[in-house]
Amino acid sequence: MVHKTVDCRGLACPQPVINTKKALEEEGITSITTIVDNDVARQNVTLFAKNAGYEVAGETKDGVFYLHINHQSGALPQKEAALQQPKTASPAGLAPVYLITTNSLGQGSPDLGQVLIKSLFTTLAETDPPPAALLFLNTGVFLTCDGSDVMSQLEKMHGAGTAVLSCGTCLDYYNIKDKLKIGSVSNMFEINNRLTGPQKVISIA
Amino acid sequence: MGPHTLSQVLRHIPILNDPRLLVGLDTSDDAAVYKLSDDQALIQTVDFFTPMVDDPYLYGQIAAANALSDIYAMGGKPLLALNIVCFPDCLPHTVLEEILRGGAEKVKEAGGIIAGGHTVRDAEPKYGLSVTGLAKPGQITANTGARAGDVLVLTKPLGTGIIINGIKAKLVSEAAASEAARSMSALNKPASEAMLRHGAGACTDITGFGLLGHASEMAEASGVTLEIDFSALPLLPETMDMARMGLIPGGAYNNREYLRDRVKLDEKLKPEEQMLLFDPQTSGGLLLSIPAPGAEKVVGELAEQGVRAAIIGRVLPREEKLIRVLADARC
Repeated sequence: MVHKTVDCRGLACPQPVINTKKALEEEGITSITTIVDNDVARQNVTLFAKNAGYEVAGETKDGVFYLHINHQSGALPQKEAALQQPKTASPAGLAPVYLITTNSLGQGSPDLGQVLIKSLFTTLAETDPPPAALLFLNTGVFLTCDGSDVMSQLEKMHGAGTAVLSCGTCLDYYNIKDKLKIGSVSNMFEINNRLTGPQKVISIA
Repeated sequence: MGPHTLSQVLRHIPILNDPRLLVGLDTSDDAAVYKLSDDQALIQTVDFFTPMVDDPYLYGQIAAANALSDIYAMGGKPLLALNIVCFPDCLPHTVLEEILRGGAEKVKEAGGIIAGGHTVRDAEPKYGLSVTGLAKPGQITANTGARAGDVLVLTKPLGTGIIINGIKAKLVSEAAASEAARSMSALNKPASEAMLRHGAGACTDITGFGLLGHASEMAEASGVTLEIDFSALPLLPETMDMARMGLIPGGAYNNREYLRDRVKLDEKLKPEEQMLLFDPQTSGGLLLSIPAPGAEKVVGELAEQGVRAAIIGRVLPREEKLIRVLADARC
């Protein structure tokens, strides 16, 4: 159990939320106390921590708010929920998270890039344990939509417990949200939680 | 200034009754309207604020679109605009040039003319416009014209306050930030023209007091209650992600405090969803009260012009509360 105090007195919004978030993401931190001196910061830090799956207890001393932020008893916060995702994770280590921001691997010929990306997913589908999560951003989202060359590989991994998340903003931007064929629509908050989780993150750009 | 403080201060200003003043201080409206003749009314407004984005050109565009919006909300056309500038010595002049260029381009797009202005030396930059517009006295879309049976249309997505906060926290994606910038710098001109074509009874623009703050001004002035369907509200991308993370501007909490006794929120709404309803908007959309057939046409015609408008609720006879918000009217 590692406790940390985050003093946000004198800081304007949104800094208290950012500092609290950073502290919670640090290795090994299990509880923190955020100190704020205004009611907006108190409400915003509380809103953030509760929505991230933490328990918040507050006390006021001389107009200063002390927010005690802890892992919820019973329920696990999102960061740890990610840890439990791959049921097949080997005890030796956790399966990695892949951040995929392109539908064509590497720079150079786009044709070659597509061959390579297919080859990558075929390889990933054969690995044991399978990846904990596949996070698709930017043109990566084309891989989870209708017309993808790697759908069967994705289906195999998804079936084995791999989380398949596609960035909602990206689907909207390319106007293909209705073509999503596998996994779920996600947001930067959830994606960031995966990236800052305990697993190794591998970027495919 | 928050709505509570403002109403306290304005209590002490004497209200002059002149039959030519069609819209004045007493109904918390967007602009003053003065009748010149039976077919012409003058609309006068002023609006300026501190920068909410880093790019000076964009800031100029947004401040001008925001000031011009008050004319559009009354059903008028802008004629003349005067620049209002506060600017520090320590910043390069090129920054001010960019701000003014952004403003001038918006006024030109609106069909108006910048005819002058005034500058003051100040520690923090501020920019805006005083705008004079014209309308037909019979077509003024004041706050007083909402009628039970009308529906409510909102002509821009909500969330600018929360997104600006998220940008400060460096958590908003580039795509979402540029979508918000596009929305804030867009004129309410197409929305205003569409509502005049299809018979809106009342209109206000959504700015610093948030959706519920401005909606409650309309409800109060018209003697009605407005029912808003949360699930129908158009939102800027990533707004709810940022709201869930507690990136709520302080102004939203002020607005909620002021409106506490006047609004009834569905218990099913999550805390961050409630706060969105009070989120202060920069250069927000128009809120229209309009009969349903006209509303469908307004939304359809605006969609063709790339404007994201939506029917977000309806007007009811006056109940105890000015506003009632449902989590999802379809349930």
